[in-house]
Amino acid sequence: MEQKDRVEEISVRHGRPPVMAPGYTFATITDKISSIVLTRPVSLGWLMGVGFASLWAFILLFAVSYLFYQGVGIWGVNIPIGWGFAIVSFVWWVGIGHAGTLISAILLLLRQSWRNSINRFAEAMTLFAVACAGMFPILHLGRPWLAYWLFPYPNTMNVWPQFRSPLVWDVFAVSTYFTVSALFWYQGLIPDLATLRDRAVNRYARTIYGFLAMGWRGSARHWKRYHTAYLLLAGLATPLVLSVHTVVSFDFTIAVVPGWHSTIFPPFFVAGAIYSGFAMVLILAIPIRHFYGLEDFVTIRHLENSGMIMLATGLIVAYGYIMEPFMAWLGGNKYDLYQFWDRAHGPYWWVFLSLITMNVVIPQLLWIPKMRRKPGWLFLISLDVLIGMWIERFVIVVISLHRDFLTSSWGMYYPTRWDWFTLLGTVGFFFMCMLLFLRVLPMISIFELRELLPEAEVKVES
Amino acid sequence: MSRVPVYGLLAEFDNPTDLLLAARRAHEEGYRKMDGYSPFPVEGLAEAIGFERDRMPLVVLVGGLLGCAGGYLMQWWMSAVSYPINSGGKPYNSWPAFLVVTFEVTILCAALSALFGMLGLNGLPMPYHPLFHCPRFEFATRDRFFLCIEASDPRFDLAGTRRFLEGLSGGHGISEVPY
Repeated sequence: MEQKDRVEEISVRHGRPPVMAPGYTFATITDKISSIVLTRPVSLGWLMGVGFASLWAFILLFAVSYLFYQGVGIWGVNIPIGWGFAIVSFVWWVGIGHAGTLISAILLLLRQSWRNSINRFAEAMTLFAVACAGMFPILHLGRPWLAYWLFPYPNTMNVWPQFRSPLVWDVFAVSTYFTVSALFWYQGLIPDLATLRDRAVNRYARTIYGFLAMGWRGSARHWKRYHTAYLLLAGLATPLVLSVHTVVSFDFTIAVVPGWHSTIFPPFFVAGAIYSGFAMVLILAIPIRHFYGLEDFVTIRHLENSGMIMLATGLIVAYGYIMEPFMAWLGGNKYDLYQFWDRAHGPYWWVFLSLITMNVVIPQLLWIPKMRRKPGWLFLISLDVLIGMWIERFVIVVISLHRDFLTSSWGMYYPTRWDWFTLLGTVGFFFMCMLLFLRVLPMISIFELRELLPEAEVKVES
Repeated sequence: MSRVPVYGLLAEFDNPTDLLLAARRAHEEGYRKMDGYSPFPVEGLAEAIGFERDRMPLVVLVGGLLGCAGGYLMQWWMSAVSYPINSGGKPYNSWPAFLVVTFEVTILCAALSALFGMLGLNGLPMPYHPLFHCPRFEFATRDRFFLCIEASDPRFDLAGTRRFLEGLSGGHGISEVPY
């Protein structure tokens, strides 16, 4: 009986598409996913993709080298807008990372079994996105070679970081987030690395995977501790992921700038982060499942669920857009009121208009179930949300700064080509890392997919 | 004639239920030095082979508490003892402002102790293990389930244990694991 229920659960529930196509066994799941890494020949499409992404990564290297040589003057930042593309893109990339941890940790604790086939590459996405994010504040420092001053280390100057500053909190939040994500990702990989070790024919591959698997042999005692550690890590990552974007929002809210100084920012930032993160998950999942023939594991159900999460978080973000001017009106502070009037009527009105269109209006298409089940449409909507969320951070950072209390300190911000090279360069770097990851590590968690099969159910009472 | 010393006897199964039942039978039979091997965690298997004390939660708790105390004390010492700076009239020990970093360091230390505690308690990394000599054992990471009764068990007897394993239902062959 139990087995039948389980089959039904993974195949059809409430008339929705299944989490995994029927007909797989432990062996076929293992072989299908590991063969992508071990035996699949390198395709021309992959090479072209990596080539193009690496080209942009080199442009990033070029832009950064010139920045180190010349200084931040090559960017469009100046007073009053001292936080330009660097901070906009930093917040954007950190936000994208959030979906990976949400999928791997929060959905694990909520027993959402559909997460099992997308958590691995979503976690990889988190790592690479946070790596891109981490570059920006350092490049932005002015003297990037002194970035290590941010950490509390004993030094000859005998000074310590200012722990009352949100900028120092940010250093701890983002570096902890990166470390914990990497630990979680690696722990999930250990049993799969052992699978690759045992499946590999090539001696070098066998040695490398064997080294990384650390001698994992699937012992019951090991699995027990593994499982406990995995759940505990998920429990630790859950408050962590919510705290990271909260701390990022403190960078703004602790300041007195109109448009920044708001208590709505922490939840509003977290929702926006998950919104853009799921958009990136879909941008990656839709082509990956198509080109690698993984439609059986990453099904329409996954796409639909991600679409629904996007819709929900998008509505929270839209609520934030409404509450910001409402609170300004309620508070009656004329500088706050002017800030929100200026967003819609000032020189950046078209940026604000595209923000509302891209982040609030277009994603409402996701209410239509048909839209959520069409990969092509989902891909376009996700692209729209990703750009929209970047624009949101532009609105928050640049528009808030460009007109504050004194008219004498009003100004405009115009990004230079170096701003664009740096931003697009990190996008190239991100996709380069993702494409390399797809070829060397199992992009879907093999052992967690085995657990989804009806055969994995133990049919004895304890 | 000296025989190759034996690490244990390895019985193979093709589903987790048979493995779990076999492990229970072996435990009833009085075997204690044994282990089950599976391509994914099988619920109840660790308990069936007599593993009860999972100390992972304690390790993570201690790691988290040390991180919490260490994170706060670091900030207090740096801001109030080593180099006190009057910043906007705030007290040297501005505890509300120190909470964020304390929280982050707590999570960091707890997470590090979760992964390294798991590896340490499991005795990993362990590049060499006698089981890897068994050609069939490579399927333990694919689709097969194994029960290994180790020679160090006082009740272990090559012929008798083999007979016992052969009598289990659902078995798919038994192999000797050499050292």
